[in-house]
Amino acid sequence: MMEIGLNHYLVLSTILFAIGLIGVMRRKNLLLLFFATEILLNSVNIAFAAISHYYGDLTGQMFAFFVIAIAASEVAVGLGLLIVWHKRHNNIDLEHMSTMRG
Amino acid sequence: MFEAIAFYLFAFLTTLMFFITVTTSQALHALTALAAGMIFISAFFFILGADFLGAIQIVVYSGAVMALYAFGMMFFDTTREVKEKAGNKYIVSGLSIVAAILVVLIFAAPMVTDNITALYPMTEGVGNTQDVGMVLFTKYLIPFEVAAVMLLVAMISGIVLAGKKMDLSLTLFSTAEIKDMKKDKEKRVLS
Repeated sequence: MMEIGLNHYLVLSTILFAIGLIGVMRRKNLLLLFFATEILLNSVNIAFAAISHYYGDLTGQMFAFFVIAIAASEVAVGLGLLIVWHKRHNNIDLEHMSTMRG
Repeated sequence: MFEAIAFYLFAFLTTLMFFITVTTSQALHALTALAAGMIFISAFFFILGADFLGAIQIVVYSGAVMALYAFGMMFFDTTREVKEKAGNKYIVSGLSIVAAILVVLIFAAPMVTDNITALYPMTEGVGNTQDVGMVLFTKYLIPFEVAAVMLLVAMISGIVLAGKKMDLSLTLFSTAEIKDMKKDKEKRVLS
């Protein structure tokens, strides 16, 4: 109990990932959906850092860096698209984006 | 002992903050809770001895990403309450938890079954930042450069999409306007 091992971090990562997935599934506002995806990426980062620490390997930290870089560029592109959409349709709800429905 | 206390404290705080982020109906509360959660996550990196990663987490997430979201929220109408998708709560929660456990199992299964050895082991007597630098600029140089190009692409696309000359941008026109423009062009070519 008092000794924190790799499993503790993996369980924490699972919990945070579940929270992020719940957010992705129940959010309708796209901005708040982006917040949920940030939670997903961060929970994976915790798992990477923990595995890197407990196996004495730097690869996990490297992957965490690249995940952070991808998250940053995703936010930039996503917010740009969101602003375009908002100026055109005046809302950012997912319901109004179902024009590709068959 | 100290590590355990810190772990449980920050685990509780992070979970609470992210829970607020996904459940609140106020966009501003969600943003603030997300920023707090990001900072609490950096505490885990410091506990795990990944100092550089923790610093990057604070700088990039709490600094850059949160500022970007704050700017984005100025464009949107965030004062009204956010409506939620009407769906079965239990199905959503159950599916999410099952999916999360599956993902972690995919992560953990190869490590449990075969004894993996460190590909780039940490060097003794060297700080974490120096160690990261040595591996990043020798073994991961090409991915590093590719990531730099990707960030450049993201920057350019951000400028193009949300730039000042929005009224002249193709992405803003409706399909009818674009068709009209094409007709005009054809006319010009023909005449």
